[in-house]
Amino acid sequence: MTLEEPRTSNGSDEQATRAAGMQAMKVNVGGGGEQRVAVGGENVFEVSDFNAYYGDFRAVKDITMDIPKNRITAFIGPSGCGKSTLLRCFNRMNDLVPVAHNSGRILYHGVDLYDQKVDAVEVRRRIGMVFQKPNPFPKSIHENVAFGARIAGYKGDMDELVERSLRRAAIWDEVKDKLKEPGTALSGGQQQRLCIARAIAVEPDVILMDEPCSALDPVATLKIEELMFELRDEFTILIVTHNMQQAARASDETVFLTMGEDRAGYMVEKGPTSEIFTNPKNQLTEDYVSGRFG
Amino acid sequence: MAGRMASLGQQPEATEVVRRALEGRRADWRSRLFEGFLLFSLVVAFFFLVWLLVATFVESIPVWTERGLLDFLNTPLASNPDNAGISQGLFGSVVMMFLVALLALPAGVAAAIYLEEYAPDNALSRTLNTIIRNLAGVPAVVYGILGLSFFVLTMEGVTGGRTVISGGLTLAVLVLPITIIVSAESLRSVPASIREAGFGVGATRWEVIRSHVLPYSAPGILTGVILTLARAFGETAPLLLVGAAATGFAQPANATLLDQLHGPYTSLPTIIYVWARNPNPGFQPLTSAAILVLVVVILLVNAIAIILRNRYARKW
Repeated sequence: MTLEEPRTSNGSDEQATRAAGMQAMKVNVGGGGEQRVAVGGENVFEVSDFNAYYGDFRAVKDITMDIPKNRITAFIGPSGCGKSTLLRCFNRMNDLVPVAHNSGRILYHGVDLYDQKVDAVEVRRRIGMVFQKPNPFPKSIHENVAFGARIAGYKGDMDELVERSLRRAAIWDEVKDKLKEPGTALSGGQQQRLCIARAIAVEPDVILMDEPCSALDPVATLKIEELMFELRDEFTILIVTHNMQQAARASDETVFLTMGEDRAGYMVEKGPTSEIFTNPKNQLTEDYVSGRFG
Repeated sequence: MAGRMASLGQQPEATEVVRRALEGRRADWRSRLFEGFLLFSLVVAFFFLVWLLVATFVESIPVWTERGLLDFLNTPLASNPDNAGISQGLFGSVVMMFLVALLALPAGVAAAIYLEEYAPDNALSRTLNTIIRNLAGVPAVVYGILGLSFFVLTMEGVTGGRTVISGGLTLAVLVLPITIIVSAESLRSVPASIREAGFGVGATRWEVIRSHVLPYSAPGILTGVILTLARAFGETAPLLLVGAAATGFAQPANATLLDQLHGPYTSLPTIIYVWARNPNPGFQPLTSAAILVLVVVILLVNAIAIILRNRYARKW
């Protein structure tokens, strides 16, 4: 697949990374949650001193953290604390906002995403995104899934890819008889799973999810959460959520952000989800996860 | 259930109080007055339109009964109203509309795509936008002067001077700002979520525009653009300046298309203008008949716009 081509330059690293990730995964399944980071899986992202601005306004302040591979990392925090802005910086989606700029570094497998030579389009091919409001293209279900792969130069059997992607997104059975119908005619929960199928059809490395369940009912939400756990074996998932139960249920790592006096969001604490929710180190985190604030 | 009803039944006074409160006492006369005013405005506007059409039709009846539609459409201009027709005007107007469609529409849509999708949001692009909006409001006669000085005089070697080509180019320039504005508005109506979805799977700007933005905005662009064609078809003033004449020329019977494009020309609105000023009362029914033809053509063009829009809209 042409998608893979640029990766072959550091193919051996890549494989090593994957192997390490898989190993970490296996240990995870056996061991307790608290030891996950200690086990030392590879990091997909290494963020250091990262600031994101809109014009003069600093939306995200001095973020330094690592995002482990093949885990679900949840970003929680009060409204306006910059969770979504930060998430959108991981695939340079924020570039599309004309006044947005940033400082610091986000390393993706060791490469600075904001390096002059890095093409944002290539970044987004590897780091896919699922948005807050389901946004299928106003085209057929088939085309929704096929579009990304086609522009990426996929030469294989497109029908097969569409089916595989829809199956992985746990929506195949519901749409297999109406692939020619518009994606916009599906229910909200189905649309969101279609968007997930669209994202995984291009075989990304990472999937960013920006409050993917905020427009969905509890049943659809549960389906998406189950899906995330299945996808975790193949992808690294970063999810922004307002729903604390969701973060507690459906993530391995949790990052708690809040904002300071200057309304700039900053990171309070990051750790294994179980720890953040049961034994947070910071008082602010404890207040937030116990519902006393935010 | 029975218990609930019984308990309600035991409080007739309370029920009465609630009923009186809910029924209300205030007459909503402001709303009625406003509604009446709106209806009145609609009736006034409609009255003039209907009056115009009916009066025009009544006046043109002799043309239809004595000459027939085809004869009127097929006959060239003449100084004798009994055997004058609008064939050259139709030819000129259709050729010019074709030129406008060929030149202004692609250029206008392309300019709109650049302004909306590519141009950075800075002082220059904002100034450009303002200028285009103002240009759309410039009176048509000003474009006539531009056409005269540029297409007729400066570019005479290409256009041949006072030809239908100069006329078409002038009209193309005239509708260009409007084309840009309606296209830009259609592009702007594409939800940001669609663009984000495209970029999110690694599409380039061009791929997002071609595969999602343009198909989504096509119905709107198409409609707006066809309406500007109708406007070009009905424009008179600039053509008077760039040499559309309604008297004193005759194409040789065996003139080729090229000859016609490079010879003197006229347009349907120009003929209406000239005939309306003619002191010979015999031209009066002809004027009305020509107006009806013009109106019908414009209505047809608008109908096409609506049909195309609906057809594209249904695809989604």
